[in-house]
Amino acid sequence: MITAERKPFDTVYEFARRHKKVLVLGCGTCVTVCMAGGKKEAEILTSQLTLKARQDGVDLEVEEHTIERQCDREFFDEATQRKIKDADAVISLACGVGVQFCIEVLPDAIVYPGVDTKFYGATIEQGLWSERCGGCGNCVLEQFGGLCPVARCSKSLLNGPCGGSSDGKCEVNSDIDCIWQLIYDRMKKLGRLDELEQNQPAKDWTTGRDGGPRRILREDVTLEANP
Amino acid sequence: MTEPVTTNEPNIIALCCHYCAFTAADLAGTMRLQYPPNIRIVRLPCTGRVDVNMMLQAFVEGADGVMVAGCEVGSCHFIKGNIRAAKRVAYAKKLLAETGINPERLEMFHIAASQGPLFAETATAFTEKIKQLMSQSTTEAPKTPVVAER
Repeated sequence: MITAERKPFDTVYEFARRHKKVLVLGCGTCVTVCMAGGKKEAEILTSQLTLKARQDGVDLEVEEHTIERQCDREFFDEATQRKIKDADAVISLACGVGVQFCIEVLPDAIVYPGVDTKFYGATIEQGLWSERCGGCGNCVLEQFGGLCPVARCSKSLLNGPCGGSSDGKCEVNSDIDCIWQLIYDRMKKLGRLDELEQNQPAKDWTTGRDGGPRRILREDVTLEANP
Repeated sequence: MTEPVTTNEPNIIALCCHYCAFTAADLAGTMRLQYPPNIRIVRLPCTGRVDVNMMLQAFVEGADGVMVAGCEVGSCHFIKGNIRAAKRVAYAKKLLAETGINPERLEMFHIAASQGPLFAETATAFTEKIKQLMSQSTTEAPKTPVVAER
């Protein structure tokens, strides 16, 4: 899932106070699971903005609404579109995709981000999320026993650890496992250590962000001729 | 929904666990112990039912103080509900502080079912504290009994 964290309240309040009527729009998918921008968080932010505006004597009306996903057009139903149009501005608690897509669906809407989008990660336990994928566009997991050096090595090294690996931890932060230690341990367990001796050529990063903004087109599933 | 309060008396919401603090409040009544009438008790199956916005919403709707009262540590009917509530109270305090409301207006208490006198004492002390905070507070918003139509 895409993970996110709530933006500092002061920042969001500054967005809100530029307007008279604000809609806090939660997203029911990834940011709900990582507890940053779902219905509960939308309700909390609505309460906070209301309380703060009252404290400051600011005339601000705040409403809350949550839809299943902000990255799919069909979830912007009539009721949602009406709420967005009725508000002077929207504070979207979706990831950066949802914030932008909200504007694409309703180009006249003013939409502010209410969360900081972080990474593609997994829920390690409730309240703890960790990065697992870098979206490089050319998956190399098979070569490394199912552990990703692109996303989980601080330097994205593909040919073994750097000199900063110490006691299985990364020199960047002792909370970070050295993924190369984990890759070595796993490949050893799988009896595939010899594969790690093969030199990995420089990775072609054009399938990732280096190739510019990406898109996927599946002509077999498009409903109409693609623009 | 409660009617809007128009006096300067604090309006305090007590979110009480059915198995302990609520029973303690009942016992306080049975024992004819006096405690301030400012307290409005909301009975919950466990303080683990309390979520963060429940506390914030109380302030939005005009509460001057919110007390969350659960079982003593280790004696929750649902094992860990009161511990979880305490963590949420701590988080809600942080959120309140961000909005400029004194986080001391929200507190967690642990009161066993047998402790009627403790409930009365706690309710009295908390009410006094809220009154004191209200008298000190010049930056915080005046008492605005905004009770939303819901």
